[in-house]
Amino acid sequence: MIEHIEGLRLKALQELASVNNATELEAWRVRYLGRNSELTQVLRSLATLPLEERKNVGGRANDVKSDLEDSFKQREKEIALTLTKLASSTREAIDFTLPARPLPSGHLHPITQTIDEMCDIFASLGFHVVEGPEVEWDYYNFEALNIPEEHPARDTMSTYWIDTAPSDNERAMLLRTHTTSVTARVIDGMKPPIRAIEPGRVYRYEASDATHVPMFHQLDGIAVDRNITMADLKGTLYEFARRFFGKERKVRFRGDYFPFVEPGVEMAIECAVCRGQGCRLCGNSGWIEILGAGMTHPRVLEQGGIDPSIYTSFAFGIGLDRLPMLRYGIDDVRLFYSSDLRFLRQF
Amino acid sequence: MKVSLNWLKEYLSISLPHSDLAQKLTMAGLEVNGVKIIGGQWENVVVGQLTVINPHPDADRLHLATVDLGTEQATVVCGAPNLHPGDKIAFARVGAQLIAGRGRELVRLKPVKIRGIISNGMVCSEKELGISDKHEGIAVLPTDAPVGVPLAAYLGDAILYMEVTPNRPDCLSVIGIAREITALTGQSLHLPEINYEETMPSAEQSVAVEIRAPDLCPRYCASLLTNVKVAESPSWLQQRLLACGMRPINNIVDVTNYVMLEYGQPLHAFDYSLIRGKRIIVRRTTNNEKIVTLDGTNRLLPRDMLVIADAERSVAVAGVMGGANSEVSPETTTILLEAANFNPASIHYTGRTLGLPSEACMRFERGISAELALPALKRATQLMTQLAGGKAAQGWVDIYPGKREQKPILLSTTEVKRILGVEFSLDRIIDVLVSLGFDCQRVPIKNRSSAEVIVTAPYWRSDIRLAIDLIDEIIRITGYNQIPTPMTSGLNQPIPRQSPEPLTGLKRQVRNRLAGYGFQEIMTYSLTSLDMLNKLLPKTHPLGPRLLRVTNPITAEQEYLRPNLRSGLLATLSANRKYEEGGLRLFELSRVYLARPKDLPEEKETLCGILNGSRLAKSWHGDDQQFDFFDAKGVVEDLLNRFAIEANFEPYSDENLHPSRQAVIVVSGEQIGIVGELHPQVAENFEISGTTYLFEIDLIALLPFTLRNRVFQPVPRFPAVVRDMALVLGTEITHRQVQDTIKGFPLVSQVALFDVYAGEQVPQGKKSLAYRITFQSPAQTLTDDKVNRVLKRLLEKLSQELGATLRA
Repeated sequence: MIEHIEGLRLKALQELASVNNATELEAWRVRYLGRNSELTQVLRSLATLPLEERKNVGGRANDVKSDLEDSFKQREKEIALTLTKLASSTREAIDFTLPARPLPSGHLHPITQTIDEMCDIFASLGFHVVEGPEVEWDYYNFEALNIPEEHPARDTMSTYWIDTAPSDNERAMLLRTHTTSVTARVIDGMKPPIRAIEPGRVYRYEASDATHVPMFHQLDGIAVDRNITMADLKGTLYEFARRFFGKERKVRFRGDYFPFVEPGVEMAIECAVCRGQGCRLCGNSGWIEILGAGMTHPRVLEQGGIDPSIYTSFAFGIGLDRLPMLRYGIDDVRLFYSSDLRFLRQF
Repeated sequence: MKVSLNWLKEYLSISLPHSDLAQKLTMAGLEVNGVKIIGGQWENVVVGQLTVINPHPDADRLHLATVDLGTEQATVVCGAPNLHPGDKIAFARVGAQLIAGRGRELVRLKPVKIRGIISNGMVCSEKELGISDKHEGIAVLPTDAPVGVPLAAYLGDAILYMEVTPNRPDCLSVIGIAREITALTGQSLHLPEINYEETMPSAEQSVAVEIRAPDLCPRYCASLLTNVKVAESPSWLQQRLLACGMRPINNIVDVTNYVMLEYGQPLHAFDYSLIRGKRIIVRRTTNNEKIVTLDGTNRLLPRDMLVIADAERSVAVAGVMGGANSEVSPETTTILLEAANFNPASIHYTGRTLGLPSEACMRFERGISAELALPALKRATQLMTQLAGGKAAQGWVDIYPGKREQKPILLSTTEVKRILGVEFSLDRIIDVLVSLGFDCQRVPIKNRSSAEVIVTAPYWRSDIRLAIDLIDEIIRITGYNQIPTPMTSGLNQPIPRQSPEPLTGLKRQVRNRLAGYGFQEIMTYSLTSLDMLNKLLPKTHPLGPRLLRVTNPITAEQEYLRPNLRSGLLATLSANRKYEEGGLRLFELSRVYLARPKDLPEEKETLCGILNGSRLAKSWHGDDQQFDFFDAKGVVEDLLNRFAIEANFEPYSDENLHPSRQAVIVVSGEQIGIVGELHPQVAENFEISGTTYLFEIDLIALLPFTLRNRVFQPVPRFPAVVRDMALVLGTEITHRQVQDTIKGFPLVSQVALFDVYAGEQVPQGKKSLAYRITFQSPAQTLTDDKVNRVLKRLLEKLSQELGATLRA
């Protein structure tokens, strides 16, 4: 019986809170406090109960009754007050579908957003950001990375060369073809332990089309320490992929070759369009290549004055422009550099 | 490289579906980009034999061909000119899919009535089968083709499109790929047997080979064949070459190409009768040598390029292309066959300089093994005796000044673990290496924690030099999924902060700030054109145009590294105005490039922003005022304010800005940027209408000021007293002068200008500036009396120093 009364109180108070005008309020009063209300009937039936229970239930029922009466009065006042305030306000009703007052709205470039996001992920893994020159010596772009002159790997990175005065010709100057040049500088200039990432612009002597532009972005990274193994490489890059692409996307490592690492690997993620089934986007392989990586070649470490018998190291390089292309389904890389606001404002 | 699955099956048995095979190779580092199925659509096409050819009763140019299909006969109408009884052909039954028309689409064959006779099927051309573009007649199959057998079973193939990395020249060959597959599947390899009769006098008597540049030519092998009949190759050989993307030429050249694809060793066949003096000399070019290469081009060879010469002239550009003067022709009867090895860098240089990236060039420049030359030479000699009726001379010439043994490499299980982070047993390591053809000698065990093996790479693996290269072999063959992927990587050592790059942080803050102000970030190419730069007025940059040029621009639009960001932004503004109304706020934060003598250029991180049009989009709220100078200045001031930097704005003369509406931004005496209104001439050059405001900040110059320590100012404990006053001043007096005077006065904590007025009630040549001044004391509550006394003295000072009077 007591439970029933308490349930009644709870229900009544909940309903009262959503009562907003005098008509509703009167209906509520009749329902819960009126002559035919449940509570009144409970009070009437008290006489039939045994003495002990009559006392108990009666006390509780009267408590509830006075609580509801107080709450009713309180709500009655509140509603009256609100009505008076609204009545005194001269404001008319508004058409809230009218357009809002415009605010100037600026956006960061999607490439900037991607760089920021990647830097945050790698920063939380202990990597710090280093930047290097875009106009670079042949040495840091090629020689220091185990790519001597006439190495076939140079053919895969068509290079823009800088026109220098004849007297300066002993050292060839170029537009860096990859941010791995900054990795070479990091190895050259820092002492282990090292964990660095190097985002930036790179250049290739290539005509533009939907998948090629002469200037684009990369992010390279390197870790040097005692006891760094390929498991660290995989762990770090898996973690990156999980955070950037989401943990449900499968990741795959396979053998590949870059002159500055050995063993060299390529990391791919499951194609988002076909979920690994094979489609046009992934060239029917079900996988999308994301980055190249590997254990830094001992000769590269030696060139930078790091003893490869003490230290091991992994390095990786990611093509940045592809990432927002995959994420948003952008089909033409040139859009990033077209400065078309109808494109840029979407990000 | 394209690799035929049928060809691979000559050296090992492959039971894997080709998609699984492609997957295995890809995971091991030999990427298969795609698989092309030949004959996938040849359902209902069978091998047949023409038995009877009769003329069509109603048409001169048509025939009735009867075809034996083994268990049945079929008669069809056919218009091909090359119908010969006895020939094996491809017969398409009704329902077969054939390639038809220009569109090359597949069409299903239906029974047709041609001039009154029903034709149930068709004899196919190569084009209809999708083998080649040949459509002049029917495809004639080799005589050994089995009648009645589905064509797919006889001629079908799968072509693997392989992306071979530059370190694996051995895999630019069918045998090389076959070797990889044996290691990946545990199959055994069967190499072709080489034996042929040597019926002619010794090769060494017929030709003398001399290597004058042993550094560029470690080995030169040659054999000789007489009685050769140059002719078309048999169709199986032609099919192989076509499947691998090479054009059949004649039996001699085709054999050299076939063996190159099979072994990975480029070969060259000379017409021996055209080799003068019966001598081959491998040497560097002297000045101004010329040669007409096989492609008919007359080439001037630079000095010190490697050539093959006879007693009088060069007869080939070594390893790149043969010379027309010694070319094999239909009249050739004696062949001098070359299989040599050349220095990779030298070949790369030659190929690059002459613009001749050939198949041979690609293999030499990647460094194929010199050991390969002789087996390939013998194989090609054998095939020429079989296919061109050649008689081989006894023996061969082999000059080998650059012989090098593979160096044994010591590998330990500890080193494997140190790199891979996972344990491999010595047995497992040896298994993998042996499957790849490596020689492994166990080292007697010295301690329990590590076991060692001495490994010698097989001759074809010229890429293996260090223990790390062996470790790569182990993991790529066993698979990278052997390596664990710790949730948090093992990089647990604390990392000391290394030369932090505060500039990176500053750039990010500035970008975010600008986006917050409503600016859209853009990125433009850092390579630009002289035309674009010349739209700016001569002295484009405060530091002068020290332009950098690339030597090999693709277009004139991208020839110079930009010395400023302005032109890109202004061009962007102009381009977007074609479809954008209202206010545009754009910025770019990027590098500009300024040449320095004998050093890399200065790469200056620069912020440039522009404003054009109205402050807010046109709306029913009606706030569409145009931007003015103070919008641009406000951005600069607020940005600097973020770093508690106070700037002065001083007169300046940037030729791209309106001469009387610009200022240089000065912080602690240092110029860090400019702000101003775009010069109308520049606006016109960029075809921009409306007034444009621009600001530019040198972030490198700004950086040190952003790093200064800031000191907290206590929050005032006593109430402030606020007084407004309107001053009448000469028009030449600047707000700045007034502000400085008021600000430096005792008890003044803030001063704000709230009205500027000239006109009625203010005398000619004068203006009125109204200020709200806040007085506050850190020590006490100010009384009205006190403030009135201070205000009076302040007015006296303003009157003395600036001639100010209170406005009535």
